[in-house]
Amino acid sequence: MIGIHSPWPDVAKQGKRSTLMSDPASANGLFGIHGAALELRATRLGLLASNIANAATPGYKARDIDFGSALKARLSGASQQQAETGATLYRVPVMPSLDGNTVELATEQTAFAENAVSYSATLSFIKGQVEEVTRAIKGE
Amino acid sequence: MTMAANTPQGPMTLFGAAGRAMSAQLVRMNAAASNLANAGTVAASESEAYRPLRPVFAEELDKRSGLSTVKVQGVYRTDTSAVRTHDPGNPMADANGDVWSSPVDENAEMVEMMEASRQYQNVVEAMQTAKQLMLDTMRMK
Repeated sequence: MIGIHSPWPDVAKQGKRSTLMSDPASANGLFGIHGAALELRATRLGLLASNIANAATPGYKARDIDFGSALKARLSGASQQQAETGATLYRVPVMPSLDGNTVELATEQTAFAENAVSYSATLSFIKGQVEEVTRAIKGE
Repeated sequence: MTMAANTPQGPMTLFGAAGRAMSAQLVRMNAAASNLANAGTVAASESEAYRPLRPVFAEELDKRSGLSTVKVQGVYRTDTSAVRTHDPGNPMADANGDVWSSPVDENAEMVEMMEASRQYQNVVEAMQTAKQLMLDTMRMK
């Protein structure tokens, strides 16, 4: 469903986006893989919301993040920005429309729902991690 | 000092993007409503006849956040020609006894309205989901 070329060749040169955690990608860090996953899920949520918002814009090309490869890149040392940029791809429409818009609401809403559920799942893993550490600190 | 709604101060947030998309759909609904209201109106000459309004959307990419939203590039009048009807009894009739009525396609306008409202709802729903996830993250539950 996702194309092969990155739509954002120049975004990596733009200003750095602020990250909430200093290095969530380290697999040995407090949140392990889940910190990196949550950030990517949040970015993907915004991207899919942008697609839904532009459902009626002529010539708009829907984009999506290939989550698997973005996470892999993030865990092998790429910055959040690099991982997102490298894995952001144009959507290949099932049936292209005449005005050049490639948003298909069925596809976008399914992806949005899937991403939202995965976000919740990742969040609950992080919550578990926090509870575990809290218990350890309290010595329960 | 005034501040326009949805004016981004700093990087655009998901709420800013969704709000602008909703405003754009609202413009589209207003245009369709104007067209429907003017369906069947007559004028004394071809140039005075009402022409349907049509908003044109454009993408607006905020590179700092990677979000794209919608802006209304402009609201244009379509160049469909007015319909000439022979109606000598009409007080607006010209020398030939013709009046010019607005070329509004009511069915197309109704479809336009439905599509705009459906897309508005889609954006609201996406925003609600995103808002809930943000709240969950904030409260860690």
